[in-house]
Amino acid sequence: MQPVPITARITLPPSAQRGEVVTVRVLVRHPMERAVDAPGLTPVPRKILHTLRVTYSGEEVFRMALSPGIAANPYLEFTTIATDTGDLVFTWEEDGGTIYRREARLVVT
Amino acid sequence: MTRGWRKLLPLLALLLGAADVRPTQDYLSPEIRAAQEDPSRHPGWLWVEEGEALWGRGEPSCAACHGNIAGMAGVAARYPLVATDGALLDLEGRIERCRTQHQGESAFGRESEPLLALAAAIALQSRGMPVAVATDGPAAAFLEEGRHFYETRQGQLNLSCGQCHDNNAGRRLRGDVISNGLGTGYPAYRLEWNTMGSLHRRLRACSLGVRAEQFPLGSREYLTLELFLASRANGLPVEAPGLRR
Repeated sequence: MQPVPITARITLPPSAQRGEVVTVRVLVRHPMERAVDAPGLTPVPRKILHTLRVTYSGEEVFRMALSPGIAANPYLEFTTIATDTGDLVFTWEEDGGTIYRREARLVVT
Repeated sequence: MTRGWRKLLPLLALLLGAADVRPTQDYLSPEIRAAQEDPSRHPGWLWVEEGEALWGRGEPSCAACHGNIAGMAGVAARYPLVATDGALLDLEGRIERCRTQHQGESAFGRESEPLLALAAAIALQSRGMPVAVATDGPAAAFLEEGRHFYETRQGQLNLSCGQCHDNNAGRRLRGDVISNGLGTGYPAYRLEWNTMGSLHRRLRACSLGVRAEQFPLGSREYLTLELFLASRANGLPVEAPGLRR
């Protein structure tokens, strides 16, 4: 399936030195609908972003399984080691198979 | 000032019996307060970015008349205000007027995503600036209405606003600390809502809390109350877009 863009805020330092540990902050706009299934209520199927994968210059540096207990618009933070200037590619997989994608460039001096 | 002292301040004010109104940020937990100051962690910025994009859209766009959105600095600090036709307008009401009268579009509707986004982006331009609402002239009558609403006992619990927000500010109510009940942080992202919301939505929650009648968003009751709350906040910094529990 073709990845689609998603509203997200990815915060990286403006530049980093080779070998430096950089903090990556990710906020993504998503309702993270955990299923509604109770008597008297209209059933709503679960629809969350269940996986986030992050590659840096093509190599996977971070992967996370997200659970239905996580609030809407999930925020997360991780660190990686700056090697070369390259793109961090974020892909989120949603229930139902939709794949969302965003990129951010890490500049290494 | 050390963090410990800051925590004690509301308590100190309580002991002195001072009618001291403090900014809501002083009542936030250190974690929420830090996140409120940090755009990389504050989910409200998702709305701010949307609002900044909306600023450039439409025919004519907001930017076509008002220029860069940075030119809106200080505007949110003056709302609510009385328009030339005598109506009391909050920031959202002003945006809706602009949209229907100058852009020839249909109104966004209270609590809609684009209206909250635009309000958040515009309010952000006034962040840190002192609230400066007019309380004299045509606003005086509205202000008195708001004061009356604030001071009147309401609902099955028979509480007035001040019984929590003046007499018990700084103390805990269930899981949260009672603030002085200012609207300076709105529109705010509330973790309980999982979304951005307006002050009027928050006021409806307050009304429900004391089991009183909930008024509609944008109603005269909440508009005049908003004006009174803003008059209490005069001189205190605008915190919008805020982060609340």
